[in-house]
Amino acid sequence: MHKYVLRRVLLLIPVMVGVSFVVFTIMFFTPGDPAKILLGERAPEAEVQALRTQMGLDDPFFVQYARFVTNALRGDLGRSLTTRRPASQELFARFPATMQLAAAGVLVAVLIGIPIGIVSATRQYSLFDGASMVIALVGVSMPNFWQGIMMVLLFSIYLRWFPSSGYGTFAHLIMPALTIGTSSAATITRMTRSSMLEVVRQDYIRTARAKGLSEHLVITRHALKNALIPIITVVGLQFGYLLGGAVLTETIFSWPGVGRLMVDAIRQRDYPVVQGGVLLLALTFSVVNLLVDVLYAYIDPRIKAQYK
Amino acid sequence: MNDLLLDIQDLRVTYTTEEGLVVAVDNLDLQLQRGETLGLVGETGAGKTTTALAVMQLVPDPPGKIEKGTIRFAGEDLLGKRHEEMRRVRGNRISMIFQDPMTSLNPVLTVGFQIEEAITLHQKLTQKQASRKAKDMLKLVGIQEARAGDYPHEFSGGMRQRVGIAMALSCNPELLIADEPTTALDVTIQAQVLELMRRLRDELGTSMILITHDLGVVAEVCDSVAIMYAGTVVETASTENLFSRPLHPYTRGLFGSIPSLDEEVKRLSPIRGIMPDPTELPPGCRFHPRCPSAAPICSQRSPVMIENEPGHRVNCMIYEGLVPEE
Amino acid sequence: MKTEADNVVTADVDERQQGLPESDAGRDTAMQVLTDTRRGRSQWAEVWRRLRRNWMAMFGLAIIIVIFFTAIFAEVIAPYDYRTQNLRRIADPPSREHLLGTDDLGRDILSRIIYGARVSLQVGFVAVSISLILGGTLGALAGYYGGRLDNVVMRFMDVLLAIPSILLAIAIVSAFGGGLVNVMVAVGIATIPVYARIVKASVISIKEQEYIEAARAIGATDLRIILKHILPNSMAPIIVQGTLGVAIAILSAAGLSFIGLGIEPPTPEWGAMLSSGRHLIRRAPHVATFPGVAIMITIFALNLLGDGLRDALDPRLKQ
Repeated sequence: MHKYVLRRVLLLIPVMVGVSFVVFTIMFFTPGDPAKILLGERAPEAEVQALRTQMGLDDPFFVQYARFVTNALRGDLGRSLTTRRPASQELFARFPATMQLAAAGVLVAVLIGIPIGIVSATRQYSLFDGASMVIALVGVSMPNFWQGIMMVLLFSIYLRWFPSSGYGTFAHLIMPALTIGTSSAATITRMTRSSMLEVVRQDYIRTARAKGLSEHLVITRHALKNALIPIITVVGLQFGYLLGGAVLTETIFSWPGVGRLMVDAIRQRDYPVVQGGVLLLALTFSVVNLLVDVLYAYIDPRIKAQYK
Repeated sequence: MNDLLLDIQDLRVTYTTEEGLVVAVDNLDLQLQRGETLGLVGETGAGKTTTALAVMQLVPDPPGKIEKGTIRFAGEDLLGKRHEEMRRVRGNRISMIFQDPMTSLNPVLTVGFQIEEAITLHQKLTQKQASRKAKDMLKLVGIQEARAGDYPHEFSGGMRQRVGIAMALSCNPELLIADEPTTALDVTIQAQVLELMRRLRDELGTSMILITHDLGVVAEVCDSVAIMYAGTVVETASTENLFSRPLHPYTRGLFGSIPSLDEEVKRLSPIRGIMPDPTELPPGCRFHPRCPSAAPICSQRSPVMIENEPGHRVNCMIYEGLVPEE
Repeated sequence: MKTEADNVVTADVDERQQGLPESDAGRDTAMQVLTDTRRGRSQWAEVWRRLRRNWMAMFGLAIIIVIFFTAIFAEVIAPYDYRTQNLRRIADPPSREHLLGTDDLGRDILSRIIYGARVSLQVGFVAVSISLILGGTLGALAGYYGGRLDNVVMRFMDVLLAIPSILLAIAIVSAFGGGLVNVMVAVGIATIPVYARIVKASVISIKEQEYIEAARAIGATDLRIILKHILPNSMAPIIVQGTLGVAIAILSAAGLSFIGLGIEPPTPEWGAMLSSGRHLIRRAPHVATFPGVAIMITIFALNLLGDGLRDALDPRLKQ
């Protein structure tokens, strides 16, 4: 088991090197001179050139990339071109808010998706099943930025239940979490249902029934654990999509997270912050997937056995 | 001696599919005496498994449905039982061994737990006693009790089937239904598993229905035989009687398609044709399109079960005297 | 962002591996296949027959066809030009002249939604095509040749997968600028790994089949084997993923435009329209509402069709 975890952690390194390369390459070719952005449009050419040399912007591509990676490993992602503060500081200051939002979104998705999926599967073709499948399909079809706006319209403007934006209290969290979690909830509902239906027709479920187990035990003891195995992977993937979706949701609700910081940074061509943000979110996503894989191995004895 | 354990009368089971109604079992009569081992023989799709599942009331519904008939077990009407009552029968008084040991055990639960589960469900034992009993059952089927904590994927197919047997016998059932328990296993393992089942049956005095398509297995293990074709029983007899004097043309066909060691035969004579499409069963006798003795009447009326000699019943119009034998 | 398709594919593969237990109850599909081949139906006719019986999928298909025609005949259908501003009618609620009201510049929202269908469908289909061609090629090469090439390609795909796709698209668009073409490319590139994985999986499962051996034995080139034998046989998962992928691409593009990185004004794009209505949400909620409804209907229809296609292409998976 330790071997497995270690293997997965080691696999993370080449992936992150690759991610940093992709991110660096994209930003490298971004038009716009960082030195000019720092000094302002009217700075004298000589001054700009001096800064360029100082920042190493005239070095060859791979030299710059190597510098970027070594600095990044020390936690140095460069300085924000607008605030002049270290980009890592800016990002880390916003990171907890994004994690809070994504975690709340996953929680919403899991708490809604898994129970409804299970009930739907056990009552296949019932009214409940039909209704929840249509609602789930609407859920995955709804753009979350639109859903966010509609929720503001309904719950903040008409009903005045929740604040339309801001950060800090539980009331502030509800609408962003629902917005970001809805499509994941719908996806997880659908996956849970199909996974359960697949498991329920397996031979070992028939064996369990042949023992005389009650339907309740057949589902909770024999079907659920098997059905959860693929669902856990999906939940892990959803977390990544939520991190991506945070960019949009945070913009709508003025949520002070990494996503909104990045959107602002893009507008101001503050490329170290954009670069660092993508890197940070990709790393978070990879770590979450690693945790999911470990959890997966813990639940599925077949995987555990491979690494005994 | 005449102690009827299982009595199935006029059973009909259907499946609703996109292509129409599949009549998996129809007009089926079957009897089993206490202490007896009955071989239920037929081709794939003849309705053997469905019959077994009907006894357990595990026919998947939907799409399956037991449309009519009665199943009496030790004098009790099984089809009339409520779910709750039926659950106390399943795994306790009637248990079942399934065909594919690779898929019949739950991959995420230890084998020990899977055996123990059946025991705690039906017997008033403490957790500890049940776990002890589960280990004893493992020993009984020839598996070290230390392996109770292992998961199914850590066992070979033959070993898993032993676990299945341990699970099925853990509550000392009156009736054991074994659905092709050795089909999925290697030939050498087949003999071992079969031998184990025979031994335990004798030790525990369990009555058994052995579903198979292998007449050799029947000859070895069974006291009597029921031959199924297209969802119904066409002939029943004691094993000895059936092997020495098969009556139904289908049964005879089955024997004709097995190579014999005693006689020199130029070529085997397989039954011509294939099993009918279960959505479009032929009218009258279902075997008539393939029957060498078929007469016009065979497609017009269904044959009636005739007791040709004591204990030997056949479902063919030859023995009703309506059709001349070829 | 919306994620359905990526997961659906993993599910498909899982389900296929598990297969159906042998039992009397499982016989019907086998029988069905048997009777169909007996009647000599081609595979695609059979798929269409099954699809046609799924009214939800047909409903989805009908909506998509309507949207297509709307996009093609936008000039004829739209009551106004999408650019015409009317400064006396800014953010007017729905009325007889303007069925869905007007936007922040007094333009007719209905007309802009109609023209917007063009943009969204283009983005959706072109992005998926880019993704499919690049990802499919990479996947086919990796699966067919295996070895080091496979390793390099799939590690690169792992890297792309580690970046949430909308984030990757945002990064690309923020570097190279917005506009229709860049959005299509960015959204397309971001989903390459999905197609690479599907195609690779099908190629691997097919390449060991005997008819491939046979083709090789008679001297067919690798390219010919991939194009003529392997690709047609991996169509089923590609079609399903492609349909759902169009939905995801449309959503992603709308998301990009929503944060101001996508298609630029005055081109009517649903996401951008929604974004411009956001600031009017208190005074004129209809400006943000209707473009969102248009997106939702389109995506809903594509999802209905995608689900239906999946069931029709692989009847075993149907419950």
